[in-house]
Amino acid sequence: MIEIEKVTKSYGETVVVDDISITLPSGGVTSIIGPNGAGKSTLLSMIGRLLSPDAGSIQVDGLDVSKTPSDVLARRLSLLRQDNHMAARLTVRDLVTFGRYPYSKGRYTVEDERHVGDALRFLGLEACADRFLDELSGGQRQRAFVAMVMCQNTDYVLLDEPLNNLDIKHAVEIMRLVRRAADEFRKTVIVVLHDINMASAYSDHIIAMKNGRIVAHGAMQEVIQQDLLSEIYETQIAVESLNGRRIAVY
Amino acid sequence: MSPFSPASLAAASFLLLALVLTSLFVGVSDVTVGGLVQGDAHAREILLASRIPRTLALVLAGMGMAVGGLIMQMLARNRFVEPSTVGTVDSATLGMLVMMLVAPGASVMVKMLVAALFALAGTALFLRILRTIPLRSTLMVPLVGIMLGGVIGAATTFLAFRFDLLQSIGAWTTGDFSIVLRGRYELLWIVAGLTALAYLAADRFTVAGLGQEFTTNLGLNHRRVLSLGLAIIALVSAAVVVTVGTIPFLGLIVPNVVSMMMGDNIRRSLPWVGLIGAGLVLICDIGGRLIIYPFEIPIGTMMGVIGAVFFLFLLLRRNARVA
Repeated sequence: MIEIEKVTKSYGETVVVDDISITLPSGGVTSIIGPNGAGKSTLLSMIGRLLSPDAGSIQVDGLDVSKTPSDVLARRLSLLRQDNHMAARLTVRDLVTFGRYPYSKGRYTVEDERHVGDALRFLGLEACADRFLDELSGGQRQRAFVAMVMCQNTDYVLLDEPLNNLDIKHAVEIMRLVRRAADEFRKTVIVVLHDINMASAYSDHIIAMKNGRIVAHGAMQEVIQQDLLSEIYETQIAVESLNGRRIAVY
Repeated sequence: MSPFSPASLAAASFLLLALVLTSLFVGVSDVTVGGLVQGDAHAREILLASRIPRTLALVLAGMGMAVGGLIMQMLARNRFVEPSTVGTVDSATLGMLVMMLVAPGASVMVKMLVAALFALAGTALFLRILRTIPLRSTLMVPLVGIMLGGVIGAATTFLAFRFDLLQSIGAWTTGDFSIVLRGRYELLWIVAGLTALAYLAADRFTVAGLGQEFTTNLGLNHRRVLSLGLAIIALVSAAVVVTVGTIPFLGLIVPNVVSMMMGDNIRRSLPWVGLIGAGLVLICDIGGRLIIYPFEIPIGTMMGVIGAVFFLFLLLRRNARVA
């Protein structure tokens, strides 16, 4: 359970996250949606202690993220940012192995190796495990980063726009893996998404943000609503049901 | 067998040993294995007082500067930086000059520590400036470093000029191993310790090379890794500048070559960087001793020529890839 209480963050004059309080349930996939500048990534970064809030507190399973030792948190929660520009040349296997760093601090054990093997298999990366990241396609590289996060084997996985720059095939692949991570491995996945239909198809809960505030949150069906979405995105959006799915048309 | 397996590392170590032996027997004075066996006292003295210290200094300085370059490239997340192009070495030189003016009688150790403090401040300033530049294009980073180094170097030259110490500056800015004698290089053993420390912390530097957010996500304190790396770089640079002078480009060439061949997992690449760094310095020095025999070309000049060509190659290659 992630408890966010009265969290505020501003950059200079601009308030990016404005006094947010919410409790995110354990288990399942929770998507955060909203227009650009709504504060989605900032909120996610604060949960992952990459940014510290100006006010308020965030607790993950009762641990205050700003006070808990970073390496303890690294075994509870992992976060993948959207911009993974890499200057360092690493192989896929090396990158994924670093996911074990919070546990073994560089002295990798047989158990670590097993986790690395599992993560590579889960993401279908065995064939290119020994290739360098800068030799891979965008889709493969994104999978390698997700594999590293999976290898970190944390209860909470935070993904910041993991579908950026991916084509439909690779985007769907990633979202299916996210779904499996939640269903088979009982992980709590919180993912920032731009595509409303991806959010509606793959998440259990949705948080809708605008101007640094949470406009709506709840089960997927409660948030994927015509009036609500139209208001949030300031665009006429129709919501249709198709094969039991809710599809936004815009 | 992978080209970078432990077996090939052992093979490379043997090559380095061969270079070390060559270095021991190259020079103006006649030192031969036969003479040493027969008990030639003069040859023995030359070997102990000059050749062995010089060769050890070459190995230590080469290893240290290459490893320093590697760490700096990871911390700055840029392939084009090394201690002599971002103001670290210039700051160390300034520190030495200040000590010459303020406390000329201080021991070499004290002078080196002060030089290291200056180097630390200079490098921290460089990283600080980097953080305030909004557009961090790849080529901006070394340019900023070269400019900062230029400014610090200019201040140093001005001070030296005012106090008539330009000659001393020359000794620190151009690497030269012909001055190395027994009793004047032992400070460089610090470099061996620092390299070992860098190896112990290798994973941290690799993670830091993946960026601040990555580092935090894996539970490491980015600032602490940065400080450790900076301290190693500053101490290595200061020790090398104080004993033998600047060896330009070494920290740039070696880590880049190794990265191209085997990537940036420092746990694996650091031994190679150290080995190739030492080997390259030995080759340059032996070459410098032979080309205009019986005179010598300083290693700073040899390395400057090789390094400049390689730097151009790197820049052009990178551009070709981007375009």
